[in-house]
Amino acid sequence: MSLLDYFRTSKTSSASLAKERLQILVAHERSSRNQPSYLPQLQKELLEVIRKYVNVGQEAISVNFEQDDNQETLEVNIVLPDYHAKTP
Amino acid sequence: MARIIVVTSGKGGVGKTTTSAAIAMGLAKKGHKTAVIDFDVGLRNLDLIMGCERRVVYDFVNVINGEATLNQALIRDKNCNLLYILPASQTRDKDALSQEGVGKILEDLSKDFKYIVCDSPAGIEKGAHLAMYFADDAFVVTNPEVSSVRDSDRMLGILASKSRRAEQNQEPIREYLLLSRYSPDRVKLGEMLSVDDVQEILSLHLLGVIPESKSVLNASNSGTPVILDEKSDAGQAYSDIVARYLGEDKPHRFIDGKKGLFGKFFGSK
Repeated sequence: MSLLDYFRTSKTSSASLAKERLQILVAHERSSRNQPSYLPQLQKELLEVIRKYVNVGQEAISVNFEQDDNQETLEVNIVLPDYHAKTP
Repeated sequence: MARIIVVTSGKGGVGKTTTSAAIAMGLAKKGHKTAVIDFDVGLRNLDLIMGCERRVVYDFVNVINGEATLNQALIRDKNCNLLYILPASQTRDKDALSQEGVGKILEDLSKDFKYIVCDSPAGIEKGAHLAMYFADDAFVVTNPEVSSVRDSDRMLGILASKSRRAEQNQEPIREYLLLSRYSPDRVKLGEMLSVDDVQEILSLHLLGVIPESKSVLNASNSGTPVILDEKSDAGQAYSDIVARYLGEDKPHRFIDGKKGLFGKFFGSK
């Protein structure tokens, strides 16, 4: 190993940092890109229906869309409050 | 039928117009009748890069509005009689381009031309959308730099979902990576993303690497597409790109810095 190589490997190169950041970002943006456009509206309407019965906040519901090679999964997750307080 | 190529990137300043001018000239020099269209309405610049800015009488929008015929607006290139330029309008009206209007012009040009090169504006607004909408092939110009790579990926998403081919469920647009402003020396020092890094992130077929080169500014200063500077590295890089696009087998160069055997080995991917 030459002296030059020693200096080169002694710290993480900015290029590898750039690559790592890009890989994470691009993967994230690609997954949200493939989501159907009706998701936000679906989430809003689901929340309205649930609120008729249970007092939950905006953050209590999460809607996730995942796509594999041959199937699409829509995952709806609702966190109910500790006691089921009925809305007034 | 013509083949429609869009030169796109998302990000500005990466070399779309330089590339459009170079590859249009390269295709025409290879004997194919080629038209190059500036889609950057309001910020026309292809005319300057092609050196025909003083010969612009009518523009793209005039033809769409029926104020001039296509033949009146097309400018024949001074260096190559198989190359024609359709300049953008300098209007500030953002809605000057319409999908029907652009479609009609491309259809008319298709009857007479072999290749139509669409120089996209930066961004993802209407001009950029219309530049890519009718495309058969996309040349995605990317710099080895985080914001450019990210924007290219965003552009790839748009090409795959918003183009005519996507909407009509046809065979998708063929996408090619053109990595420009590349500095092999900085890559070696770990200061710049390598060709392999960018390809890994974007998963695109590499059409060629254009090295960072003084010849690009010299070419734009004089209004001659850099591909005509046959001695320059950037000019040769664009010649290779045109040849590869036309199906010739050219080993990649300018990836490793030094010319010769090394470049061939590294570029064979």
